[in-house]
Amino acid sequence: MSKDNQILEEFTSSEYKYGFETKIESDSAPKGLNEDIIRFISTKKNEPEWLLEWRLKAFRHWQNMTEPKWPNVKYPNVNFQDIIYYSAPKQKKKFDSLNEVDPELLETFKRLGISLEEQKRLTGVAVDAVMDSVSVATTFKEKLGELGIIFCSFSEAVREHPELVKKYIGSVVPVADNFYAALNSAVFSDGSFCYIPKGVRCPMELSTYFRINAANTGQFERTLIIAEEGSYVSYLEGCTAPMRDENQLHAAVVEIFAHKNAEVKYSTVQNWYPGNKEGKGGIYNFVTKRGMCFGDNSKISWTQVETGSAVTWKYPSCILKGDNSVGEFYSVAVTNNFQQADTGTKMTHIGKNTKSRIVSKGVSAGKSQNSYRGLVKVQKRAENARNFSQCDSLLMGDKCGAHTFPYIEIQNQSAKVEHEATTSKIGEDQIFYLNQRGIDTENAVALIVNGYCKEVLNQLPMEFAVEAQKLLALTLEGSVG
Amino acid sequence: MLKVKDLYAKIEDKEILRGINLEVKAGEIHAIMGPNGSGKSTLASVLAGREDYEITKGSVEFLGSDLLEMAPEVRAREGLFLAFQYPVEIPGVTTTNFLKTALNQIREYRGESPLDAVSFLKHIKDKMNLVEMNQSLLNRSLNEGFSGGEKKRNEIFQMAVLEPTLAILDETDSGLDIDALKIVANGVNKLRSSENATIVVTHYQRLLDYIIPDYVHVLYNGRIVKSGDKTLAVELENKGYDWIKEEVGSIA
Repeated sequence: MSKDNQILEEFTSSEYKYGFETKIESDSAPKGLNEDIIRFISTKKNEPEWLLEWRLKAFRHWQNMTEPKWPNVKYPNVNFQDIIYYSAPKQKKKFDSLNEVDPELLETFKRLGISLEEQKRLTGVAVDAVMDSVSVATTFKEKLGELGIIFCSFSEAVREHPELVKKYIGSVVPVADNFYAALNSAVFSDGSFCYIPKGVRCPMELSTYFRINAANTGQFERTLIIAEEGSYVSYLEGCTAPMRDENQLHAAVVEIFAHKNAEVKYSTVQNWYPGNKEGKGGIYNFVTKRGMCFGDNSKISWTQVETGSAVTWKYPSCILKGDNSVGEFYSVAVTNNFQQADTGTKMTHIGKNTKSRIVSKGVSAGKSQNSYRGLVKVQKRAENARNFSQCDSLLMGDKCGAHTFPYIEIQNQSAKVEHEATTSKIGEDQIFYLNQRGIDTENAVALIVNGYCKEVLNQLPMEFAVEAQKLLALTLEGSVG
Repeated sequence: MLKVKDLYAKIEDKEILRGINLEVKAGEIHAIMGPNGSGKSTLASVLAGREDYEITKGSVEFLGSDLLEMAPEVRAREGLFLAFQYPVEIPGVTTTNFLKTALNQIREYRGESPLDAVSFLKHIKDKMNLVEMNQSLLNRSLNEGFSGGEKKRNEIFQMAVLEPTLAILDETDSGLDIDALKIVANGVNKLRSSENATIVVTHYQRLLDYIIPDYVHVLYNGRIVKSGDKTLAVELENKGYDWIKEEVGSIA
């Protein structure tokens, strides 16, 4: 990741920290969820009345909803009253040098090719003065500001641009959309806000790569991206470095709104703690991500590399409302040991001449279960819709599972929908061939898996792609026996 | 450089190699011929290190070290190359990328520094002419959609790039038309030096018109039953394998 992006991110998160000023005795809410907790959260964050009302509306919906049980994953029931829904920003323990950090963690960073400077930031080691230079960050924020681009934390957006937030929040994922979206809407902590004005092409990749300093935002993150007419932005979320969090449940919501001729590219690399080799612990990643291609000729692409979490449950989707709008979904989902994934996408064709493209690569190893679930829906008035879906599964070993649940609902005769699916194993012959050329088995598997995932990895911005390749190799370590 | 002594090998419960003795010195080309089921491909696979086979007796010394102790990738790094009879396809992995990875792992083993992309491309440019390899094939996924001839040429191309000390060609001529055969043979001949050696496993004499062997061995029922020079191959072509079987008698 370029230094510029890192500094930008550090600046935007720290500004939020300094802006926090309410005086309430306790720093954290007690466990449990009720209207008082929600008021507490809203007050702590100094939110306007309308947002509190919005949260409460979501909460009341949530109370009448039941947790869905249809996904192909098993996990112990979540006790929603046993969670703390708000904690004050924790100061990460400061180390004096990398020598004090868990050596296993450092080894992982090394394998992922993360530079020393970045390692220090990730582990809370005191950073050199140069990195912390406020003047550099100011220049950056100025650059974006000159173009009229807003990129800040969600909380800051509520303070500085309430009219924008109010206009768009819930416009793509309504509060009552699903159980976890409702929960998120009630208790969301923070997230990112991005606004690209008319005709502007954002000159750099916006990244939330190093969100370590942001307060406990992993738990219920809320992100809103608005692309005005003719604009473009490429947005990166996540981190290849393994992320631990004492909060087990992560239920984020991401909304993207694209106006006429606008394009948004959203890339995610997710490597939350997947649990240990016996399948204990690990994050539950239940996410609602949706893009609204509102204007004609608009385009939204989702690219994800999911390697972490004990349970991954998410369907980044596109609503193709505008005529000629395009939705894309590229995914690599890797599961190992006891991980489970039920992931895919929903493409809803509403306007005329809309197009969607789905490429999903699942890799299962160990005793894991990997499911693709996709919906291609063509509504009655969606003339001339086109879809291409390809979902491939790669099995490594004989104790893992790969499953496919494709749904196709067509209500217009002019639609052309193609679906291809393959299931394969890494052949012993392939491994032996590579061995015979001097490549050891560990590297051979990495080569083969990367080749298998190439079409998806090619969609990622280059630096992300290089790290994602290393991450795939790391995740599958020891899976070929 | 290669000393095979009394080698016995079986797969599942079937004994295939029943006491192979073979010695190959630097600069030599040995041909191994024999009827179907005689164990030719098994010998090639066993030398390359395929795990399916169990060695029940005997030893193999390669460049002074115990070959059977080495994992297949180590044998390769030591300088052993097998041109497969049926090269596998590996989707998504380009020939260029794969070869660069292989070459650099071998170089690392030998204490040499790895080649970057530019240096690697320079290195392979000459080798491409050797087997009339074109650039487009290199940028495609390894062997995916290649014709039989293209796959075999790709094997020899890899041999040219990796510069092995001992190359084993497992029925490289099978499925090739005469033109492809000439290109492959030409490549092998050009790579020949006083420092390396080649074992050509083949059914037919035809390939040996182009790759002239120093020694010809006939494999039958898991043993080398007859050895000679290149004229032995011609004799086999004229008389067929029945002649050998009669001469040797059937072995239980």
